[in-house]
Amino acid sequence: MLNRNNLYFIRRKVTNHIMLSLTFLSVVLTVLPLLLIFYYTVTKGLTSLNLDFFIAMPKPVGEAGGGMANAIVGTLILIGIGGAIGLPVGIMSGTYLAEFGNNKFGNVVRFLADVLSGIPSIVVGVVAYTIVVLPMHHFSAFAGGVSLAILMIPTITRTTEEMIRLVPHSYREAGLALGIPKWKTSLVIILRSAWKGIATGVLLAFARAAGETAPLLFTALGNRFWSTKIFQPIASLTVYIYDYAKSPFTEWNDQAWTASLILIALISLISLLFKFLTRSKY
Amino acid sequence: MLSSNVASENIGDFIYKKLAQFFALLVLLLVIVMGYEMYIGSQLSIDKFGWQFLVTSTWDPVKEIFGALPAIYGTLVSSFLALFISLPLGLGVAIFLSELAPNWLEKPLSFFTELLAGIPSVVYGLWGIFVLVPWLRNSVEPLLAKHLGYLPFFKGVPYGFGMLAAAIILSIMVLPIISSISRDVLKSVPDSQREAALALGATKWEVIKIVFSNSRSGILGATMLGLGRAIGETMAVTMVIGNRALISPSLFDPAYTMASVLANEFTEASSDLYLSALIELALILFFITIIINIAARLLVWSLEKRWSNVK
Repeated sequence: MLNRNNLYFIRRKVTNHIMLSLTFLSVVLTVLPLLLIFYYTVTKGLTSLNLDFFIAMPKPVGEAGGGMANAIVGTLILIGIGGAIGLPVGIMSGTYLAEFGNNKFGNVVRFLADVLSGIPSIVVGVVAYTIVVLPMHHFSAFAGGVSLAILMIPTITRTTEEMIRLVPHSYREAGLALGIPKWKTSLVIILRSAWKGIATGVLLAFARAAGETAPLLFTALGNRFWSTKIFQPIASLTVYIYDYAKSPFTEWNDQAWTASLILIALISLISLLFKFLTRSKY
Repeated sequence: MLSSNVASENIGDFIYKKLAQFFALLVLLLVIVMGYEMYIGSQLSIDKFGWQFLVTSTWDPVKEIFGALPAIYGTLVSSFLALFISLPLGLGVAIFLSELAPNWLEKPLSFFTELLAGIPSVVYGLWGIFVLVPWLRNSVEPLLAKHLGYLPFFKGVPYGFGMLAAAIILSIMVLPIISSISRDVLKSVPDSQREAALALGATKWEVIKIVFSNSRSGILGATMLGLGRAIGETMAVTMVIGNRALISPSLFDPAYTMASVLANEFTEASSDLYLSALIELALILFFITIIINIAARLLVWSLEKRWSNVK
């Protein structure tokens, strides 16, 4: 009797230890690929990293060297266009949800924003193609920007709403008690207090947009030459990585790694910049 | 004087509300316009092939016969294989983070998994081409063929590029979603549940099992969000799956997914029917991911509501 109890106890203890070690093992297995991806991106990326990469244009096949100045500028322009369209829509709709959104319409919009964030980026690219590229009859940076804007909107909307809801109610009451109209209270007091959090959401949206490839393939297309024209095809780092990764030339493969390194650095830079900007004042 | 002032304030509020409402309406319209545009764009293909589109296994741009079956098969198989790998791992990570890890370890690990989600998918693809695929071709696939070669899943030439590579890269990409949402779900279970079990003499693992059984629907929601991501993932998959419209049980063989068909062929669509068939693929992808996302969010929400008044 005692023996059986003992065995049962030992079995429970052993199961406990095995299962807990398995959870630790899964953490190791999850972290390992990340470390490998970072390791390869940094070591392989550094081999062709030099000043030329930032200021020179891509060289034709077979010629060593050259850079991706056009792609770096192109990515920045694409994010810029996306932000110019996506920011007002995202912030204003987020404000609506927080300030007036406790009704059926608000619930529907909130739900759709969540659904929108789950739609594959390539589908967004197809839509941008049908509404911008087809009517205009050519690929353009603008079409790429539109697709990035669609991808940014749900993140910005939902973060703006959540951040505004975090602002204490007493702030609003203080504003209203001073006789400031509701719209002014909302814009000057509430939005300003929530600014830090909103900026983080915006930064997240920008960083994701900078890493998007699929929606740019048939909107912004890509360009081997220098172009800053909004209604012409434009180069981007991600599309370059895709093209160069598939190419049979090792120089181009190496440059794809370098572009990846720069892209990851750029994404980190955006986040640092925003952190710095939002910290300085408050 | 006073009354006119009050009136002008009300107008300001009115305009502000209407303006905000307008932008919120834009979000709603955006989803409708997306569905509508793709429906119109795929009209040609829908008229020509009808429901046959979904079950035809030929994808031949030259003869203009388009069937989505190989792409649908590739999408579903690669996504479910990815879940098969990442679900146990993701749950392990979630349990470790919410139940076991000390605070000083939890923060950096959570940050780490979020970082994983921030890496652009084209970088995963690049890593897939130059690190994962050679490793699979030279080490893993020959080993599998040698020991498990009698199974239909491990037959054929080990190219490296193919279904197995796609499933592995997808599982790496889906992991952070499953683990971070599951961690939140597990954490939302009130501590009183854990304390009750501990007070009855349960081991740590038995406590976890109880916490787990209380959060099943939330975990299912997390899994479905991961599935939604895997189904729509484009770049990394396109770069390693081999891109051939082929239905084969072997994981070594190249395959195709809906997203990778779009990525590869959209700019090459030479005829209206071809373009229309591609847009129809996007429309199918759109509906599948919308349904999965709605179901997932309802599941996660229902659970959060359930615990919101228990503390």
